[in-house]
This record gives sequence, C-alpha cells and structure tokens, in this order.
Amino acid sequence: MSFDVENYFSDITGESPILYFKGNIDSDLINRMLDTIEERLVSVNENPKLRKKVYNLLVESLQNLYHHVDKVPEGFEDQTAERFGIFKLLKVNDGYRIITGNFVRNEGVKELEEKLKRINGSTHEEITELYKFILNHQRISSKGGGGLGLVDIARKTGNKLDYLFKRYDDNNSFFYLNILVDNKK
Amino acid sequence: MTITHFFTLIFWLTIKSDKNLNRTNMEPIFIEGTPKTPTIRFDANEGVFEIKGRSIPENSVEFYKPLVDWLDQYKESPLGKTVVNIRLEYFNTSSSKCILDVFKKLESIHKAKNDVEVNWFYEEDDEDMLEAGEDYESIIRVPFKMIEIVE
Repeated sequence: MSFDVENYFSDITGESPILYFKGNIDSDLINRMLDTIEERLVSVNENPKLRKKVYNLLVESLQNLYHHVDKVPEGFEDQTAERFGIFKLLKVNDGYRIITGNFVRNEGVKELEEKLKRINGSTHEEITELYKFILNHQRISSKGGGGLGLVDIARKTGNKLDYLFKRYDDNNSFFYLNILVDNKK
Repeated sequence: MTITHFFTLIFWLTIKSDKNLNRTNMEPIFIEGTPKTPTIRFDANEGVFEIKGRSIPENSVEFYKPLVDWLDQYKESPLGKTVVNIRLEYFNTSSSKCILDVFKKLESIHKAKNDVEVNWFYEEDDEDMLEAGEDYESIIRVPFKMIEIVE
C-alpha cells in the first residue's frame, strides 16, 4: 500500500523548518530534542515569553506522542519503532508551528475528534474550566497521560487546534496535529 | 484535679509526645533537581517545604509518589504552621495532577486546624504560570500567595 506519512508536510511551504524527526519517540529522544530546541531559541535571542511558551508546548506535544501513539500497522515501512511518530518545528512569521503525527486505531478516531471539536468550540474561559475539571476529576490513565494535553495546548496557544485524520487501512488512521504558537495570548 | 482528669492528661500528653516523636523521626527529603525533575526540600521539623525548577518527566507518578506518601505521614503530626514554596519554571500536565495530590494532602492538614500557606512564585510576564497557580487556588482550600519574581 502506498501511504506516505510525510505527504502532509509537503503542502506547508514558505515556512522555515528548524527540526524534523520521524521514528521512535522515546524519553531520551524527547530530552535531546528539547535541549536542542531550547539552545536554538536562546541563540537566536527569541523573546523570553514566546520561548517559554514554545518550550512548554513542545514538552506537551512530544509527551502526547509518547503517551498516546498506537502500534504501527502491519506492513508499515518502519516496524521497529515501538512508538512511531513524526514531529516538525517550523519558524513562521510571528511565532512557531509544531506539527506532530501518529497512528491511531480507527475505533478511537471518533472519540478523539469529538474531544478536538469540543475544545475548538469552546471559549478561553470554557477551556480553563474544562482544564480544571479534568485536573480535579480524572485519574492518570494506564498510558500515563492525564487527559489534559490537548486542552492545555489549546489553552496556552489561544488558537484553535488544526488537525487531520488520514485513513491508512481498515483499522488505522494517521493523526496530524498542527499547533500554531504565537504571541496572541 | 480528679484522678480521671489526671489520667486523661497523662494519656493526652503521651499521645502528643508520640506524635511529635513521629515528626522528629521523619527523614527529610532532599532531592537535587535534574533537567526534567524539580529540586525538593521537605523537612518535617522546619515546616517549610519547597518544590523548585522543572517538572516535566514522562512518568510523574513515579517521582511524586514518595512525596505524597511522606506528606501522609507528616499530616499525622504537623507543625502548627507549614509553609510551601512552589517555584516552578516549567511543569507538564502529567505533573499537574501529581502537584494537585500534594496540595490535597496540605488541604487536609489545613482542615485539621493547622496553618498552611502556599507561596506560588511565577516569573514576570509568565501569565501561564500565574494562571496555573490560580487554578490550584480555586480547587484547593488553602491560602495561596501569588508572588511575581521580578528580574
């Protein structure tokens, strides 16, 4: 089957890539990426407020991949990765764009999409209340996530979550999340 | 003083000194910070606890469980006043739940008529960190002070 997980990126032009990764997302890799990007943002004298926000959102989006990726489908090019994901950081006009991609089981798509729609349909105040509700009532799941990642991303950026599900086969889809971090909020 | 009063007093003093003994016997927790985990200073006999630095581990429960268990023990015989200083630069959502667990222990100490005060430090202009402190303040019934660090 021909399916190129990177196709999505070719549509995004005119923005300068800072870092790109495709493969197994483990704890060491997350550490290295965070260090590299933090050094880079300091070396270009990025505004401390934006730099801090970008760092926070990088942590959240990378750990979202770490906690939530589903196993790669049979027949996919990379069978060795336990947690296969793609990650890209781009510089855009007034901020940065973080893009992540990972496999999800088709049966989980509906629930995830409903969550994304609920977040996108909420005001900043409603997102804050949702965050506090989940913080106070939901336990940490068996995958290690707290269910707060996406809500936190939407809250900290003040932007809508841009996403796409691409069907891979009868059982799997590829989920792209495109996060714009600017000085809006 | 009747004989009953006398024994009640002895009994009460024994319980109280046992409780104090519990606290003085508690080993303090000092943990050096790492790029992903905060510096911890919990000393039962000082009554001043500190969480400082970055808290962004993938598995935050593993890091915070010993602290929550320690507070469970401290809660049995706390000092009259406990001060908690939170000076976090970054924390992830996984840590945010564990930090809430820490605050819930402090809330029960406060509920048992002991003074508890949380100082929530945030860097100048870091509205996200200020909002995070306000989230906890609205959930936990313990007095919070928001302190801006001006460089």
